Amino acid sequence: MKSAFTRVALGMCCAIGLIAAGWVQADESKAEAKPLKLTTTADHGKFKELQRPFKSGPEVTKACLACHTEAAGQIHRTKHWKWEFLNPDTKQVLGKKTILNNYCISIASNQASCTSCHVGYGWKDNNFDFTSQENVDCLACHDTTGNYKKPPGLAGNVVTQDMEFPAGSGKILKAIDLTKIAQKVGKSSRDTCGACHFFGGGGDGVKHGDLDSSMSAPDKELDVHMDATGLDFTCASCHKTSSHDVAGSRYTPTAKDTKGAHMPGKAGNGNPATCVACHGNGPHKKQPRLNEHTAKVACQTCHIPAFARGGVATKMTWDWSTAGQRDAQGQPITRKDAKGRITYESRKGEFTLAENVRPEYAWFNGHVEYTLLSDKIEKTDQRTPINKLGGSPTDGKSLIWPMKVFRGSQPYDPVNKTLITPHTAGNDDTGFWKNLAWDKAIPVGMKDSGAPYSGKFEFIQTEMSWPITHMVAPKEKALGCVECHAKDGRLSGIKGVYLPGRDAHPLIDTAGWGIVLLTLLGVSGHGLLRVIHRQRSR
Amino acid sequence: MTQRVYLFKGFERFWHWSQAGLIIFLLLTGFEIHGTYKVFGFEKAVSFHTIAAWSLVGLWIFAIFWHLTTGEWRHYIPTRDKILVMARFYSSGIFRHEPHPFQPSARNKHNPLQRLTYLAILTLLSPLLWITGWLYLFYADWAAWGLTALQLEWVALGHTLGAFLMLAFLISHLYLSTTGHKLTSQVKAMITGWEEVE
Repeated sequence: MKSAFTRVALGMCCAIGLIAAGWVQADESKAEAKPLKLTTTADHGKFKELQRPFKSGPEVTKACLACHTEAAGQIHRTKHWKWEFLNPDTKQVLGKKTILNNYCISIASNQASCTSCHVGYGWKDNNFDFTSQENVDCLACHDTTGNYKKPPGLAGNVVTQDMEFPAGSGKILKAIDLTKIAQKVGKSSRDTCGACHFFGGGGDGVKHGDLDSSMSAPDKELDVHMDATGLDFTCASCHKTSSHDVAGSRYTPTAKDTKGAHMPGKAGNGNPATCVACHGNGPHKKQPRLNEHTAKVACQTCHIPAFARGGVATKMTWDWSTAGQRDAQGQPITRKDAKGRITYESRKGEFTLAENVRPEYAWFNGHVEYTLLSDKIEKTDQRTPINKLGGSPTDGKSLIWPMKVFRGSQPYDPVNKTLITPHTAGNDDTGFWKNLAWDKAIPVGMKDSGAPYSGKFEFIQTEMSWPITHMVAPKEKALGCVECHAKDGRLSGIKGVYLPGRDAHPLIDTAGWGIVLLTLLGVSGHGLLRVIHRQRSR
Repeated sequence: MTQRVYLFKGFERFWHWSQAGLIIFLLLTGFEIHGTYKVFGFEKAVSFHTIAAWSLVGLWIFAIFWHLTTGEWRHYIPTRDKILVMARFYSSGIFRHEPHPFQPSARNKHNPLQRLTYLAILTLLSPLLWITGWLYLFYADWAAWGLTALQLEWVALGHTLGAFLMLAFLISHLYLSTTGHKLTSQVKAMITGWEEVE
């Protein structure tokens, strides 16, 4: 006994001593600490290759490739470069190069504007050389200064000398210092990914709803993982990248991850960007009942109570059919709402925007089929889906997912029965955003797509679903039970699953209460008779 | 002349009353989960319902052990003897103050109708509630168990139907407890163990 006590006491003294020593040591190291936490062993500012002026993006890339010899080849294999993706399940050829949406519709004939978000330089038309190594843009993802800019209209090129753009507009694009930027390259960040992904659809937060500039330095309420003063995840923390190929896909999403938490090196580890890839399939240790929900409900459904929560509104509808109006003077019109957000623009049409949007919910199994330019569409009372999401309560592969459903109307060829890819961006006579004339814009766009155009157009109602997966709230803000387990809860439209609190079988309820009532009547009648007979016999 | 017989042993009474309490609590929380009314709130109701269910499982393990080791299970063997006599007593004799046709004893505690009812509850109603409740608890594991064709709706409907039947039993059981020698004889017996008989 005594010796055990002595050992414990000694142990505690040692521990205290060690802690104290550590304290002192930590204090000393703090005094010597460098202001910057270096996450790399290479300071690019010291590299001779980068100590020179650069006149263009490709010049920087050549310098990068002198050491990172295989980098361009890796990029060449990615969606980020090709803007092309063959869906192995549907065999559909997708990618930004091919698909249409109901925002800015399509890149066809608008490349010079759209490719400001391409990881390359110079993609201005269909003749872009996808085998060029020097046209790979390293800085778009590896800039750490925040000064790297690729203005729309320059085919993804950067401005190294102040220039007027568009020509004759009087607007000056400022030059950026590529040398400074190149000397400070580092890992990708929320800002580098966000430079494109926060601004998809033509502006801050427009497209996704769960990605906007508020995610550049979010607080814990907005995103528990990216919380800039907390866990401080970057996009790549989840979208783990290997050989420059970024994990996670909107074309082949993982709707139901049954593989559990990832183990390093284990074969068959799937998509590393899913919640399950880190949290496993039963993460609710204190409330195991919640783990039972993982059979039918995606993590996102409860843990993302609303999207567009960071103060940036997202676009919810876009009506192209109202585009083109001019005021009495023949000038284009811009209308704004009380908060100063644009709700009408002559070159784009009418929008609605919203913040703190409660998602719509749907069964989703990861299967996505796009409506492409080559597809024949019948115009009906129903909205035409731009992307059809597969899913059913019984296929064993679906979970209930939160969605942003984006609705709009867009040009349609009633003779050929196809969607239309209009020429919108461009400082030329046929660009719709320049002269508001559909009959000039459509033929140019369709020709660039290589698709037939009958010469007639009208507008068709469309919708596009965006599974919501970012802006994960802290667990205290996750949905409570009665958000769904109630008669008119969030999942009131979800069929094919019995939801206690929402559902009841009328026959069982009627029969059940009938039996209970009859029993009550029976015993009361029996009791009453007993009382009556007792009083008579007295 | 009133006599007293010792019918219910200590464990038996503990089992009866704790089971009664748990079942009433399960009904209360269960119908809240079903959406019939609001008392605790859905989340708490689910959590209380689960705790009560597991407590009842624990209680049953002891009760089954007790019944098997003491031979008390024999009280639930059905018999046709006196069934009609009992039925006639409850439907007419009881109003004319005829003497109770069944005299309970330590060797034969339950009248034939009780035997039948309790046996039906043990072998039909309880398994319905247990099996559906169990499936409910382990919903996420169905696929792993190979129960891919099973629908939660069927399980839920079975469980709800069971609850209604249990509620109907509870009502009739409470009422029939007043049909002993005196109004309170049977309740007293279940509290003290001693029943007054004629």
